[in-house]
Amino acid sequence: MGFRLEMLGVQRSFGATKALRGVTLSVQPGEVMALVGENGAGKSTLMKILSGAIPPDSGEMRLDGAPYLPPNPLHARKTGVAMIYQELALAPHLSVMENIMLGIEPKRGPLINWRETRSRSVAALEEVGLDHVAPETPVRRLSIAQQQLVEIARAVALECRVLVLDEPTSSLTARDIEKLFALIRRLKAKGISIIYISHFLEEVRAISDRFTVLRDGETVGTGITTEVPDEQIIAMMVGRDVDDLYPRSSRTPGAVVLELEDVSGISKPSSVALQLRRGEILGISGLVGAGRTELLRCIFGLNAVASGKIRVGTFSGTATPGKRWAQGIGLVSEDRKTEGLALGLSIAENLTLSKLSGLGPWRFVLPSRQRAACVPWIKRIPIKCHSPAQRISALSGGNQQKVAIARLLHADVDVLLLDEPTRGIDVGSKAQIYQLIDDLAAQGKAVLMISSYIPELLGTCDRIAVMSRGRLGPARDRDQWDERRLMAAAIGQDS
Amino acid sequence: MTEKADSSLARKSNLLNTNWGNILGRFIALIVVFSFFAILVEDGKFYTVRNLENILRQSCVYATAGLGMTMVIIAAGIDLSAGSLIALSVVVVAWVLNINVTGPDGEPLSIVLAHPTAAPLIAVLAGILASTLAGLANGLMVVGLRLVPFIVTLGTMGMIRGLGKGIAEERDIYPPEETWINSIMDPTLSRAGHNWQILPTGVWIVIFGVVVASLLLRYTRRGRHIFAVGSNEETARLCGVPVNRTKLFVYTASGFFCGVAGLMQFSYIGGIGQPTTAVMYELFVIAAVIIGGASFNGGEGSIIGTLIGALTITILYMGGQQMGWPKWVQEMVIGGIIIIAVAIDRLRHRKAV
Repeated sequence: MGFRLEMLGVQRSFGATKALRGVTLSVQPGEVMALVGENGAGKSTLMKILSGAIPPDSGEMRLDGAPYLPPNPLHARKTGVAMIYQELALAPHLSVMENIMLGIEPKRGPLINWRETRSRSVAALEEVGLDHVAPETPVRRLSIAQQQLVEIARAVALECRVLVLDEPTSSLTARDIEKLFALIRRLKAKGISIIYISHFLEEVRAISDRFTVLRDGETVGTGITTEVPDEQIIAMMVGRDVDDLYPRSSRTPGAVVLELEDVSGISKPSSVALQLRRGEILGISGLVGAGRTELLRCIFGLNAVASGKIRVGTFSGTATPGKRWAQGIGLVSEDRKTEGLALGLSIAENLTLSKLSGLGPWRFVLPSRQRAACVPWIKRIPIKCHSPAQRISALSGGNQQKVAIARLLHADVDVLLLDEPTRGIDVGSKAQIYQLIDDLAAQGKAVLMISSYIPELLGTCDRIAVMSRGRLGPARDRDQWDERRLMAAAIGQDS
Repeated sequence: MTEKADSSLARKSNLLNTNWGNILGRFIALIVVFSFFAILVEDGKFYTVRNLENILRQSCVYATAGLGMTMVIIAAGIDLSAGSLIALSVVVVAWVLNINVTGPDGEPLSIVLAHPTAAPLIAVLAGILASTLAGLANGLMVVGLRLVPFIVTLGTMGMIRGLGKGIAEERDIYPPEETWINSIMDPTLSRAGHNWQILPTGVWIVIFGVVVASLLLRYTRRGRHIFAVGSNEETARLCGVPVNRTKLFVYTASGFFCGVAGLMQFSYIGGIGQPTTAVMYELFVIAAVIIGGASFNGGEGSIIGTLIGALTITILYMGGQQMGWPKWVQEMVIGGIIIIAVAIDRLRHRKAV
């Protein structure tokens, strides 16, 4: 039998970074192909290319033997390639049937043929097991699981040939997952090809016929799911050596500066306990969505704490970011652009915003002192820029991130909460940031660091704990971990 | 890096990308607009002392209300109730001056006659206080109800206007006696016999207000917080900036400055408590702030820029009048200038980034 969809040596770069270095993948009619890989392996770029949102730089794609190069997402959908993203793409105020037929509305003259819209929606809803939902219901009244089924119904109404599901179970309950799997099997029986993207090996085992592993934008392996053991798949996913990017000075952990007891957030994290000492770097590993960011935000007072105790020195009341800064805790946000930095303001404004006191008499702030306060950090880290008065949006991503970290140094904090501190920046800046983190720990500062890049955690941290589905595992010394164990713990296969 | 390079790091900046370069450009535009009318209006009537003074006097209300509006817009907000706040202050001033007290002979006596010194002072404070409190209410609703400032102030624009009309019982209030409040905006330069104070009181108030507001925005923690909240509220929160308090402050400040502008308006319209005055002024004030270089996205703007903006609008308005342009032409020209000013800003930004 020929392949339904084939990708051969597909490449794609963004500026200097190669997101995809050569992806080869194929799926047969009526087959479920699982696509697995670490965060940042290139799965989302791959999806964008398949959906027609961006074109590949080179490589070949074929759909049922014919060349496939969709110029835009609508074209891709109309040729039969449908995507279900993690973040659902429905218009919440429109009805179920309007959503299902969006973009392919049957017309009678210039008007929408509502009778046909309705009948075709009902047929699609029946197929996905939503026959009890009236097609006139506004989508926002449905549960997340139902909304996801509406999206699948939309793909069914299009008579799609290939259905791509990105982490479809991330917000579903166990019962809904079972329903979804049953639906996938029905669609498969109809001859639809399914590409199932997931982190979770247990799901891959439950639903897929074959799997393909993506790492650093490359296909590194493929096989029949039942024939390959978990360990081998995990080895394919990580398979890297820790290089010498990571400096490590000798340091001795001191007193406990931050202590969490049974801390739970609104939905995540759930009952987390940890102790952070001076002069140590504690890493938190895990998958995107496991609740790591929420944990840091709870500690910093940005997210509400539902229960449990967070102790900073002798203080254990409710916190606001303002209080935390005053207690000597600083946070670097994972999202540099929307939260980490005010892109319209200068380097000096961004860097000193955490501590404007001491930059002038009384409550005054002198711009010259603001700029002068930045100079030592610009030199030390170093940050490449013309002057502290330069707009931060003019800097490269790496240098922007260094400003976000320098803000903690300016405020002279004792505890640094770093959320993906090296995400999306060049290797040179990464090395400088690793050096800086190491220096700080050697000076006796405490660092709590989240990263999705395992070699980075193994390279920089003294202890590492893994978060999975909102729960934080025990923090163990780094030599008790390796990439495989971390990955296994992250996907819930911890021994 | 050499020592020399280090020390220059803190100072070096490109003139075109600095605040001063920015303001210089606007100032040049102001001069161009002024020259345009100076040349075209016959007999040099446009640059007589009298006319120059009139331009200053006319721009005072917009400039004063613009001080608060600048802070609001830098904080990524908007205050559509500015015109109504001005009118509220006007009405409250007149209302207080109209209070009757019991005179020494037991007969009711106008407060102005009973306490000639205290009465105007009380009236002024009451006018400013009323507007300030209304501004505080705007802020409380923006922060407390988490509503979009546009919606909140669109609502209070009507509510505050209504309140003013209610206090005035839907009539103009005529105070029994003239007080010094009436003469705040009186011309001084063009009056026979040079006045010791050189400029009209209102102009001095504007100058004082500009200095204070500029210092506050540029050189205080509160000022830096206003910019931070407007540029990126999330970042501000992350950095421990009291976001809600900052928002409360800017709306209250807008109320305060509108209250002061109300005193000027009261004098300007001849000392009458007219509840229907200053209608649509919020649009002129917002236009002055935007022409002055503020961005609706927040994080940008300056007091000096707003002052230039207020003068530009006044010159366009008065120039058009003196050229004998019909009203519809004036309105179209001012509208067009606003769009052009913002479009130029956009282009400049795209180049800078």
